[in-house]
Amino acid sequence: MDLGQLFAIIIGAIFVSNFVLMRFLGLCPFVGVSKDSDSALGMGMAVIFVMTMASLVTWFVYNYILVPLEITYLRTIAFILVIATLVQFVEMVIEKTSPALHKSLGIYLPLITTNCAVLGVAVVNVDSFMVTDLPRNASFIYTVVHGLSAGIGFTLALILMAAIRERLDLVDIPKSMRGIAITFIVAGLMAIAFQGFSGLKIG
Amino acid sequence: MKAMAELVKGIYRENPVFRLALGLCPALAVSTSVENALGMGGAATFVLLGSNIVISLLRKAIPAKVRIPCFIVVIASFVTIVELVMGAYLPELAKSLGIFIPLIVVNCIILGRAEAFASKHGLGLAVIDGIGMGIGFTFALVLIAAIRELLGNGTLFGYMVFGPQFQPVLLMILSPGAFVTIGLLMGYFNILDEKMRRKAEAAEAGGGGR
Repeated sequence: MDLGQLFAIIIGAIFVSNFVLMRFLGLCPFVGVSKDSDSALGMGMAVIFVMTMASLVTWFVYNYILVPLEITYLRTIAFILVIATLVQFVEMVIEKTSPALHKSLGIYLPLITTNCAVLGVAVVNVDSFMVTDLPRNASFIYTVVHGLSAGIGFTLALILMAAIRERLDLVDIPKSMRGIAITFIVAGLMAIAFQGFSGLKIG
Repeated sequence: MKAMAELVKGIYRENPVFRLALGLCPALAVSTSVENALGMGGAATFVLLGSNIVISLLRKAIPAKVRIPCFIVVIASFVTIVELVMGAYLPELAKSLGIFIPLIVVNCIILGRAEAFASKHGLGLAVIDGIGMGIGFTFALVLIAAIRELLGNGTLFGYMVFGPQFQPVLLMILSPGAFVTIGLLMGYFNILDEKMRRKAEAAEAGGGGR
């Protein structure tokens, strides 16, 4: 494990291959929850937390259950069950320990189960850090860091979009383009800006 | 008559991508070429049909409280079938679709149809609904992919369309092209919708006056 590689993973997941704008993962909440920046921030925090936890748990499931039993072809089923359970569990824990946090995050948590970014990060982790011959401790750290930074990248895109949409409310948009249509055009312009990061060379 | 209506509703009136804004992630990610779009549409249609059949058959056996996990397990099983079959017989396509094959599990169209339709209707209607929605999804994918491939690469199904002088718009193949294309298409569908509604209203008003 070296720090340069770690840095490359962080910058890569946040900017260069941003989950929303470059990989097209998690578009439903990106379009659905980006109407105002408060709820965007809430959703973003919930996603960062769940994505990091999901990366951690699926790493253990993959390396200590699926690989020893030689049933890695069942990873899709195993991961989606783990993620659904995890989300439910996180919701119960937050509800018991911190009702205030639950009030602000609560409504977003059930939505996250069907957020393809969460299952997506688990699958990407397997493909890029687990089937390779990385040593175990490096593969574990890369996986968790990648999950965390992918969540941060998602939140960044979501908050930027919410800020733009709040201003779009004051603008006279042609009737047929209102709502989701203009959101996609804006996302396209944001994606052009993010293309600029693809020239970055790190490490 | 009812069966026919269920079949065609998925194509325009309740098109999953353009009208309901479901299944957006695969619709944008794999629409770089018409071939990929057809592959993804076929895979999703198979999963949709399979899960609709099984869930419709099991709808009396599944307790209401744990229905969502049950649906997800059924869907994930069919997705695994697709993953393995595609990896064995169409390795090239499987490679270019990449992680979006396992991600069919969280495609909201499939869970949405299981919840809203298959768990409430009999086998026959569930099959028709699965096929109709599958065709609608494939249609949307192919439409987006055709525009992006034509402008971004100058080809359709890999064949040159415009001849060698054509300067491809590289941006259309990259991610911004996908966002802009679907945004404009949704705007166009909104205009169509508005026009049809006005026509229907005019016809109604005209009929009432007579």
